[in-house]
Amino acid sequence: MELNDFLISPAEVARRKGPHDRIVMSSRVRLARNIREGVFPGWAKKPERVRVLDLVRPALESLPELKGAFSESMEHLSTLDKNLLVERHLISREHAAKREGSGLVLNREESFCVMINEEDHLRIQALRPGLQLRQAWVAVDHLDSVLEKKLNYAFSPELGYLTACPTNLGTGIRVSAMLHLPGLVLAEQINPIIQSVNKLGLAVRGLYGEGTEALGNVFQVSNQMTLGESESTIVERLEKVLAQIIEHEENARATLLEKKPKMVHNHIGRAYGILANAHSISSKETMNLLSLLRLGVDLGSFPSVERSLVDELILMTQPAHLQTVHSGKLSAEERDLLRADMLRGRLKPVSRPVAKTGSGLDKADN
Amino acid sequence: MVCCICKAKPATVHLTQIQGDKVQKVDLCEECAKDKGVNDSTFAIADMLLGLGASQEIEQAAGGPDVKCPKCGFSQSDFKKSGRLGCAECYTTFAEGLEGLLKSMHKGIRHAGKVPEGLRQTRDLVDRLGLLQKKLAKAIATENFEEAALLRDEIKQISSRPANPVTTSP
Repeated sequence: MELNDFLISPAEVARRKGPHDRIVMSSRVRLARNIREGVFPGWAKKPERVRVLDLVRPALESLPELKGAFSESMEHLSTLDKNLLVERHLISREHAAKREGSGLVLNREESFCVMINEEDHLRIQALRPGLQLRQAWVAVDHLDSVLEKKLNYAFSPELGYLTACPTNLGTGIRVSAMLHLPGLVLAEQINPIIQSVNKLGLAVRGLYGEGTEALGNVFQVSNQMTLGESESTIVERLEKVLAQIIEHEENARATLLEKKPKMVHNHIGRAYGILANAHSISSKETMNLLSLLRLGVDLGSFPSVERSLVDELILMTQPAHLQTVHSGKLSAEERDLLRADMLRGRLKPVSRPVAKTGSGLDKADN
Repeated sequence: MVCCICKAKPATVHLTQIQGDKVQKVDLCEECAKDKGVNDSTFAIADMLLGLGASQEIEQAAGGPDVKCPKCGFSQSDFKKSGRLGCAECYTTFAEGLEGLLKSMHKGIRHAGKVPEGLRQTRDLVDRLGLLQKKLAKAIATENFEEAALLRDEIKQISSRPANPVTTSP
């Protein structure tokens, strides 16, 4: 089966609901696991990686939770397929670069995605819309418990699950949430927030994980330490910190509306103006403007628009997704034209933003 | 001060990470800083520091660069290059050098999370055994030989059980 036929449509993805999805776009928990006898993927020769893949993949396919899953070796996926998976945050960029000897198992609901032979033999991920860290942990814990009966994991009573990189040692867990924080960015409060989150031993990253920029005011917050505390403790800490970030973001939005309504509505109005009228637009500019449109929806500037329209566009306007609706390979310039066409088309029924501001200036800072 | 990556050019970019009460400092030259993606934003710094700190730690560790993992042939210089280990056995091979590193990057150095079900009982026994042995040593030290004898019997009994209690016959 072709990957694109298997994947849930962007419209449907965007309609998935979860707690706090106004700010928390998605939750994820991933576990790093390795087979005891195997050499880690980064050091193993190709035949060894193929051997591990051939051992692990059938084990995964046999799990009831992964019944009817899309299961494929990476060399059978096109570059386009791999980029689609990256844009959906189902696999890492690192994994997209893999070929023979690496694989992927993705369930129908796209709530479980397992990368085989990425940095570790297994990267088991549970994904949920909105803020559902605990639910994601429970789900991935269960899948892992079923799988451990079929595979002989590399585990030490002192060091826990043994991973290729010592930063993942112990629980092998990474708990993360993707946050949309335009209020904190506009209020210029984002850097102190990031710094204090870092001080708690948590990492803040951009849209596509490690080393990527925070396009569209989207940030990923995740734990860094994996050894010396339990999975529940880690999940709890993340939950606490996220609750605070959500509160700060809501406060920032309320304060901006009260103190600087002109500034906020200027951003939202300009974003709408460009998105609804441009004839050529890059994916980066689109992301940043759609973020402001999303903020506009949250603040009631577009009473007839559902947030899911914006979220669908965020997905659909990315290069690989844009390519899927057009046959023939597109150049970057052609994509910019088609992206603009799509945006104009989809935003045509959307009326100009409603701005509840009076005339006059924003209050000065003091 | 020279750059701690290339060890050639003077360091002009100085980074400090404070995590709890641990302070880690890294000094880079302009080129290496650029190479590692350091700029004004604070996002990637913590991440990058873990990697850098890692190679410093492992360098200071005992064993020397020639030690190779008997199972997979991975060496300490391979670790310095990649920041990854070769196989599960490497954790035993490079145990000494890793301890300091683990201390600097994690909350503790003992696993406190999930244990595979098949090993859970085994681990409980190992813990129990350790406790009994400590008690035995204490009993002997305090010349409490009656208790020592009882403890010795219990240790004997636990040790003689099959290694994996999950697979015991019905």
